[in-house]
Amino acid sequence: MNDLDHLEAEGIYIFREAFNRLDNIAMLWSLGKDSNVMLWLARKAFFGHVPFPVVHVDTERKFPEMIEFRDIKAKEWGLNLITGFCPPVEEIDPTLPPAARSAARKTVGLKWLNEKYQWTGIFAGIRRDEQAVRAKERFFSPRGETSQWDFRDQPPEFWGQFNTDFPPGTHLRIHPLLSWTEIDIWRYIERENIPTISLYFSKNGKRYRSLGDQDITFPVESEASTVAEIIEELTTTTVSERAGRAMDHEQEDSFERLRRDGYM
Amino acid sequence: MSAATPHIMLSGQNPLQLVIVGHVDHGKSTFVGRLLYETGALPESKVQQIRAVSERRGQRMEWAFLLDAFQAERDQGITIDVSRIPFKTTRRQYVIIDAPGHKEFLKNMVTGAADAEGAFLMIDAKEGLQEQSRRHAYLLSLMGTHQVSVLVTKMDLIDYDHDKFMVIERDMRAYLHELGFTPKAIVPIAAQGNDAANIVKRSSKMLWYTGPTVIELLDTLEPRPRNEQLPLRLPIQDVYRFDERRIFAGQVETGRLAVGDRLIFSPSGKSATVKTIEEWNTDQVPDVVTAGEPVGFTLDQQIFVERGEIASHEQDAPVLTNVFRGSIFWFNDKPLRAGDVLKMKLASAEHTVTVQSVDEVIDTEDLGGTGRKEVQRSEVAKVTLRARGMMALDEASRSPLTGRFVLVDNFRIVGGGTISMEGYPDQRDLVTIRGTNLTASVTQVDRSARWGRNGHKGAVLWMTGLSGAGKSTVAREAEKVLFLKGYNVYVLDGDNVRGGLNANLGFSPEDRAENIRRVGEVAALFADAGTICLASFISPYAADRVRAREAAGDMFHEVYVRADLEVCEERDPKGLYKKARAGEISEFTGISAPYESPESPQLEINTAQLTIDEGVAALVNYVESQIRLG
Repeated sequence: MNDLDHLEAEGIYIFREAFNRLDNIAMLWSLGKDSNVMLWLARKAFFGHVPFPVVHVDTERKFPEMIEFRDIKAKEWGLNLITGFCPPVEEIDPTLPPAARSAARKTVGLKWLNEKYQWTGIFAGIRRDEQAVRAKERFFSPRGETSQWDFRDQPPEFWGQFNTDFPPGTHLRIHPLLSWTEIDIWRYIERENIPTISLYFSKNGKRYRSLGDQDITFPVESEASTVAEIIEELTTTTVSERAGRAMDHEQEDSFERLRRDGYM
Repeated sequence: MSAATPHIMLSGQNPLQLVIVGHVDHGKSTFVGRLLYETGALPESKVQQIRAVSERRGQRMEWAFLLDAFQAERDQGITIDVSRIPFKTTRRQYVIIDAPGHKEFLKNMVTGAADAEGAFLMIDAKEGLQEQSRRHAYLLSLMGTHQVSVLVTKMDLIDYDHDKFMVIERDMRAYLHELGFTPKAIVPIAAQGNDAANIVKRSSKMLWYTGPTVIELLDTLEPRPRNEQLPLRLPIQDVYRFDERRIFAGQVETGRLAVGDRLIFSPSGKSATVKTIEEWNTDQVPDVVTAGEPVGFTLDQQIFVERGEIASHEQDAPVLTNVFRGSIFWFNDKPLRAGDVLKMKLASAEHTVTVQSVDEVIDTEDLGGTGRKEVQRSEVAKVTLRARGMMALDEASRSPLTGRFVLVDNFRIVGGGTISMEGYPDQRDLVTIRGTNLTASVTQVDRSARWGRNGHKGAVLWMTGLSGAGKSTVAREAEKVLFLKGYNVYVLDGDNVRGGLNANLGFSPEDRAENIRRVGEVAALFADAGTICLASFISPYAADRVRAREAAGDMFHEVYVRADLEVCEERDPKGLYKKARAGEISEFTGISAPYESPESPQLEINTAQLTIDEGVAALVNYVESQIRLG
């Protein structure tokens, strides 16, 4: 088993644990590279099936390529797709900096969906290496009644045993990709030949490294136009993955505030 | 990092996971910073920055600032994670697992260290072994960390003194030896200032040291063994019926599974043969899977197997038992006590277990017992745990995953531990034989099988004595104590038989005899069903007691609750003696009817001399020494 085999095994194990231990689960499908790898792992774990809904919270500011990808693949892969919408930005906490405030719309959109469907567990494709606050996450991460995250007092996880018991009113965020790095994601995409949105590949000297809303996501300089070239680029770059995400650069604690309130 | 050097290697090799533990302020951060610098994991610009920060504060080069610098760097978005710090030597990649957070230290340390393949225990040369040094070493032994090395830091502060080092080395070796560790090396180092010693380069100030440097030591560490050679252990995670296939899913923890293998599932004991291995989106589905790999398989016949069973080969199956000894670490605010009932997770199974006893709370100072019977937060202890049903498990030393468990209370994992079967037999044969009996004769469940499940024999403790001697008081109190200790125990007395079973009986000598006859039979049935029945009746006639003894056979134990008539009459809790003296009650034992004292009771509790608590303790001791199994 090489390093990717280990990561794959871990992801499959987590999917199967969650599916068995929790009654009403769903997977966030943001359509980005990570969530497509996550979906791939689910299909491996369940032998080609995805036995829970995949959820796309539509901000209505996504790139058209993303929506197209979503509708084609949902049909092709037989997914139970649930989409939800977000409130206008005017209804979001005005004390947040502009881009974070815009991103927080998605949190509210997800809360609305969760109120409707009452999920007890939601798979999210976050990784430790993405962002300092995400680095502190657990695989099975409890959220309180208002979806908030108590990162100062997190449950222990060891020996493959997770906290799958939780009091009524709380739900779990489940993170099958927590141990992966950006470059692992691309190496796995290459190995498994996983379909990916075209925006990740260089056009006119620029490509997107991370996909969010059109108005708060910007491309980075890059000539990488294939998966292999992206991997090559990542072995030497010093530019961070989320450099093109405006909200990461507004205030030091923007991201922490968003996550505490239930942001993915 | 400079753009020219690749900071990620794409070898496909798993980085070796290394955890660094030790007492607070024993130089952990300084060492990590220095190690990163010495192995070239830091760009020169970063070193300059640290130098500038140090000088500004009027300090010598403070390598510990590196970790803070990483924090800042990360916040700007560069992908280095303080809790998992990557670095490499010429031989391979490593990840240093940092377990920060003092308040929740144990919980976080366990989360961080449980998966580490090697550990460095840091000891301050000036302070020597401290409480946390010992506790961390103990935890590493419970965690199964198989390669522990010791770094004696701050050698510069003891002038690189060989004799002082040897004292620490000797103490550490002795302590680790007690825990079953042989340290890979004990390295004297200095990480502070300009004179790093024995990290990468040797030091002229410690020519007496001939062992490996830290870098040499690192490259001798072995990755975690794949455990392919161990017996097959495949805990069933789930059974899927998404389509026409019935797929059993899990992860091969140890050993290997091949198509055509005959499997036995424990604890149910069912068996079947592997028909196919299933995978999605692969050109060629393998016919063998080995340790560490996820798997799905189908069987040649329809058998009912659920999550929680462990699949193995028939010839090397896990132990079946309802009781085991656990070495545990505990991080719940609520202390752990005998009688506590918790959820236990072991591989994919969940069991409800009762703490039969807290055998020892370990003093990590000298590894002896503390004599206390409560496990406080952050302590380690030896306990005996008992479940209602059969559990499939292994000795921790034989199987890494199925030899460990976690304890859950109030929705939280509150502790974990390793399993020892010392003193307890594998009950697989017993269960198998019982199964055979069941097929032959449906009514026959072997008495010893019931006893085995309960962990004690069935018994009638016949408590005889005068009215007011304290029979029911002692019985009721003892019932509570024994119940909390995990015994199946029940009190029969006038209160619960006179109203129903014996409602048609009065107090004539004939009715009294019939009363005792029925109670004797019922108590014997309770005992046969595996319960410890405390039968609390005056039962004044020796002949009646002989009959009760005959009903229960060798499960009968006579307990004489003794107090002289004067004492009883003085207590007179229900005012009965007064009424008897006044002639309002006829044929009252001791006043107007005889009491035949037992000639040779198994136990005598003299309540005229003992307090109630002492009387209860005498009865409980008797049960624990005579009726408990193992």
